[in-house]
Amino acid sequence: MARSPKPVSASATLRRSFVTPEGVDLRIELGSAGARAGAFMLDLLIMLVVLIVGTIVIGTTAVVNESILLSGLWLIGFFFLRNGWFALFEMGGRGATPGKRIIGLRVVARDGSRLTGGAVIARNAMREIEFFMPMSFFFATIVQSGTDKMISFVALVWSAVFLFFPLFNRDRLRVGDLLAGTWVVQRAKVKLGHDIAASLAQSDRPRRTFSDHALGLYGEYELQTLEQVLRDGDNDAIVTVAAAIRRKAGLPDDHDDYGFLSDYYAALCARLERQMMVGLRRADKYAETTRDRAA
Amino acid sequence: MTAFVQAPVPLVNATRFRQAHESDWEELDRIVTAIERSGVRGVPEQSLLVLPVLYRSALSSLSVARETSLDKSLVAYLEQLCTRAYFQIYGVPTSALRQLGHFFTRSWPKAVQLLWKETLVAFVLTAAGAIVAYLLVRNNPSWYYVLMPDGSSQGRDPTASVQFLKSTIYGGASTDKQGALAFFATFLFTHNAQIAIFSFALGFAFCLPTVGLIVYNGLMLGAMIEVFAAKGLAYGFVGWLMIHGTTELYAIMISGAAGFRIGLALAFPGRQSRADVAVAAGRSAAIAMGGTVVMLAVAGLLEGIGRQTVTSDGARYTIGIAMLLGWFAYFYWPRRDDGAVA
Repeated sequence: MARSPKPVSASATLRRSFVTPEGVDLRIELGSAGARAGAFMLDLLIMLVVLIVGTIVIGTTAVVNESILLSGLWLIGFFFLRNGWFALFEMGGRGATPGKRIIGLRVVARDGSRLTGGAVIARNAMREIEFFMPMSFFFATIVQSGTDKMISFVALVWSAVFLFFPLFNRDRLRVGDLLAGTWVVQRAKVKLGHDIAASLAQSDRPRRTFSDHALGLYGEYELQTLEQVLRDGDNDAIVTVAAAIRRKAGLPDDHDDYGFLSDYYAALCARLERQMMVGLRRADKYAETTRDRAA
Repeated sequence: MTAFVQAPVPLVNATRFRQAHESDWEELDRIVTAIERSGVRGVPEQSLLVLPVLYRSALSSLSVARETSLDKSLVAYLEQLCTRAYFQIYGVPTSALRQLGHFFTRSWPKAVQLLWKETLVAFVLTAAGAIVAYLLVRNNPSWYYVLMPDGSSQGRDPTASVQFLKSTIYGGASTDKQGALAFFATFLFTHNAQIAIFSFALGFAFCLPTVGLIVYNGLMLGAMIEVFAAKGLAYGFVGWLMIHGTTELYAIMISGAAGFRIGLALAFPGRQSRADVAVAAGRSAAIAMGGTVVMLAVAGLLEGIGRQTVTSDGARYTIGIAMLLGWFAYFYWPRRDDGAVA
């Protein structure tokens, strides 16, 4: 029997198994390359603003006080901004720089243990050769006219190799992540959706019943897609889905698509869950009902 | 055919399950959100005490939900709730002060201890570079200009007079230059610390760039020593160098050794997988390297301020040797093994 490929969403490929000490797999979601790049750019932007503001403040005070000590302060500040920004923020409780926090990312040890200082230093020291060093070469050669333009080109290629490195491995690891044993996860915050079946039960309108044939059309995948349609509440989608189900099940149109779909959802869910309790599962409409092997 | 009946909707598992546990989940969600927003301090002790209990019950809810419920929203909610709670319970580092204390009392010395072979190699490379440069410049002074970058020697080259060289060694600072000294010290510190970070990070390329950096460091050292030794100022120059150089060169060697460690781990992983070895090496080497920033700050102070105010050879040698012995004692003094390498 031909099995049509199940659509795989982009986020599904970034799901990773992550087993807690209690033995439960949390299936965390990794930050996408786009989110990582966005967070990095935000951080650079904030660092630039801090640098400019700091330079102006220190510069004006230095001129007023005629003090060379303050330029030493600037040097220290620049050093810590360049080398400490990422490391110090990631060592804090949130495990994220301001840019990462805005995007909703978090640095985590790949083995699920505590994120240690050593790991944070390692992953951010590598940033030096991934980005800051080649970029400083690049800008130095751009500013000094007449120097070898080859150097700036090599610096760009060098940096590009490292910047695009996360795209060439499954887990979106930077070279620094590789060495530090960390990865960057998406910090999802999901609200608990309302209970569709329960809200049906509260209303006392008559409900539809469905024949075995009508309920036997679909599996878990379709059930959960239907759940998504009901939660989203998009009218076009509801009309389309209701029409499709009616056509397949050979049911007449009763002009209440939402009511029809929620009744169908509750009935199908109850049926599939009943089967699930005795170890019978059906992944989607193409699959036969199979006995759970794990049980 | 559909028929309408006046009967309760068949209760699905998720409904019963939600009714039984939803208040617990909401409580956990509330506590975790509060910690995420304002840290552990912003949450009453009562909540912290129930946090692990609620977390475990949410975990078990998640397991049950996955096996018995087809409510996707419920499973997704419990997954993110458990993940967030997990990171608040297991993933959060200890307080900054305790981390810092542990760093100086345990993890840094231990990380440096683990690098003793690589440090020895870095020392041999530096010494070899110094000897080679010394011999090269002695036989043909024009080598000096090949080895030293333009402008870094500030007139201290083979053509300089004894008088001038002597003044660079013993030229103390007048009081009005205190500010300049401090600036000089911070410049040296940030420059050297950047080099230390490079030599760690560049070790990633199978040690080669780090070997280059360390050897070149030795070459410059040897060339400088020869210039002064040729004028009979070796003793004074080495003292001038020693006061901060023992700390500074040692720090550079350690960070080079940290680079060697990750390069070697990547090149020769042995029986374990390359990724595992790289992580173990990367973490402990990073600690050793992170500490060298502190050493270089000390060296910067000694060089920028100490050297300009202490001008007697004897005192300079004493300070330099005492610093070196101090570092040795600090790093290699046997200490109890508490297991964890952070």
